[in-house]
Amino acid sequence: MLLALGANPITGYAALIDGAFGGWDELADTSIKAMPLLLVGVGICIAFRAGVINIGGEGQIIAGAIASTVVALALPDLPRIMLVPLVLVGGAVGGGIWGAIPGALKAYAGVNEILSTIMMNLVAAQFLSFLLQDLLTDKASGAIKIQQTERLTENADLPLLPGGTRLHLGVLIAILIAVLGYVLLFRSALGVRLRAVGHNANASRYAGMPVKKSIVQALAFSGACAGVAGAVLVFGSESHRLIADGGASGFTQSAGFNGIVAALFGGLSPLAVIPAAFFFGGMLTGGIALQQELQVPAALIVALNGIVVLFVVASLKLKTRLRAWAEAVGSEGSGGTASPPPEPARGPAGREASDG
Amino acid sequence: MGDFFTVSVLVATLASGIRLGTPFLLAGLGETIGQRSGVLNLGVEGVMLLGAFSAYYVTLETGSAVYGIFGAIVVGLIMGLVYAFITLVMHAQQGISGIGMYLFGLGFTDLLFQKNVGTPKPIRGLGEVNIPLLSDIPKVGEIFFQHSLPVYFAFALVPLVWFMINKTTFGLNIRAVGETPEAADTLGVSVNMTRLATMLIGSTMASLAGAALALEVGIFQQNLTSGQGFIAIALVYFGAWRSYGVMLGALLFGIVQATVLQLKTLGIVEGANSSLLAMAPAVLTIVVLVIVSRRVAAPGALTRPFDRSA
Repeated sequence: MLLALGANPITGYAALIDGAFGGWDELADTSIKAMPLLLVGVGICIAFRAGVINIGGEGQIIAGAIASTVVALALPDLPRIMLVPLVLVGGAVGGGIWGAIPGALKAYAGVNEILSTIMMNLVAAQFLSFLLQDLLTDKASGAIKIQQTERLTENADLPLLPGGTRLHLGVLIAILIAVLGYVLLFRSALGVRLRAVGHNANASRYAGMPVKKSIVQALAFSGACAGVAGAVLVFGSESHRLIADGGASGFTQSAGFNGIVAALFGGLSPLAVIPAAFFFGGMLTGGIALQQELQVPAALIVALNGIVVLFVVASLKLKTRLRAWAEAVGSEGSGGTASPPPEPARGPAGREASDG
Repeated sequence: MGDFFTVSVLVATLASGIRLGTPFLLAGLGETIGQRSGVLNLGVEGVMLLGAFSAYYVTLETGSAVYGIFGAIVVGLIMGLVYAFITLVMHAQQGISGIGMYLFGLGFTDLLFQKNVGTPKPIRGLGEVNIPLLSDIPKVGEIFFQHSLPVYFAFALVPLVWFMINKTTFGLNIRAVGETPEAADTLGVSVNMTRLATMLIGSTMASLAGAALALEVGIFQQNLTSGQGFIAIALVYFGAWRSYGVMLGALLFGIVQATVLQLKTLGIVEGANSSLLAMAPAVLTIVVLVIVSRRVAAPGALTRPFDRSA
């Protein structure tokens, strides 16, 4: 089953690669798709390293998008230089709060965070649907209620980067956040504490570390990253509106789940998530091309992502075993916190495409 | 505008609550068995979708819901084997691999549906079976004894699962493996074989839960289960890993869902507010988790892989 990437229908894969990396416009599209994955992925790194499984990326993106939209609606006349940072901060706060809630529930009431974050996703999606039908709805749309806001103020648009592509400031923000995430996890006292709690909560408690506070902080930071992704998705979109398109994923494009895949692929190290997210962004844009070429539904990509997750988690254990063996043999490890390089794409990507 | 508090509406709501609670119950019981043996399967939602699609598709092609159910059982067993391979052999992190199963089920069923079916075609489900005599009792009969076969099957499983877990050698093995696998291993109980068995049972029941849902509504669509599998997992916590507790939770959620539907149909709640109302099951799940989380301890070895050499 696990065929190598090269053993697949050549036309399909040529279309995928060409659609993802074939030119400046394609590379720009890939980067745009990669942005939310990177932002969510960095958040996932923070949470998972602290031993908290955050499945709530979807809800946190939505919360961030709502909060940033409210900021833009409330202060439409601020100049861009002030409003853009403000909506980003708004997104971070919204997502952070949405993450902190399951964090607090885990820390102080012992609620399994996997379940609570999933439930928070469902709540956020319905709340967004409510807001877009009621308080935040586009007044110009008239009798036919489309679930979207009005076109948000131009002062909050993320400026396009020079070069004539659709690429906008969000890319730089995402990379900056990845660097900040790296600094937070591996170059700060807080990061040491979060990772210690994630590694062994009991030992950390005996060492006097505030374990409960750390859990809340981890999920809040994680949610904040996803919240920024929400803001970037709204203000970097072509329509510049907050939209619920009625699909299962809506405007989030399932980035809340796909970000987990990117983070795992990047070995839970924020900097390594950058290429991992770019690779998955390529899979998403290339998937659209592949889909047009082979006439297969886009759902293929979701199924593929599932297989990639399974494959990555299954191989993680194998990798640690191999590393333990390598260390036993005597080769020097390259520093405890150094990130493993993102894995090359193999097997899983080819598996389904050859069936479909 | 209708009135919710009339006898006929209340009876209809309770009856549909039992019907809607059935997928929760089937999936929840299966997950209970798995978790008692120390395996957390977060892929229930994905397996439910796969079961729902296979039941729907086979029924559509063969015209018989019985074949559809067999199809769902086969798919459930296959997914159980896959998950067992990933977690028992590869020792993958159970929480995340479950999410992988979910994404796979979500995407794959949508893919197959669009490719092989395309436009939604309704199927004929199983139909109701009225229990003789009992179903004639006014009100009570309507609520409890006029359902389709999966409903009776699910509720009949509740005492059976209780008996299996608490009164059989296999059940004792399950509990031993779920609490202290090392001790069970010392006594000659095969930890991984026991877990393989519970995973196959749990996965098949999740698949059947999906099949029950698809046959009940007579249709398949993208993301048909819409979070029910995750709620079923929460119900295991709610029910404190006991079959009767899971049944209570399933009934509670079934009735909440039925009430939400009824309020919408009667036009008591409409438009944007129905989105607010649709948050109810998720909010209720969180509240329930807060209340029960400190009450009963989870199986000792939940999510912990067993490796004799470690």
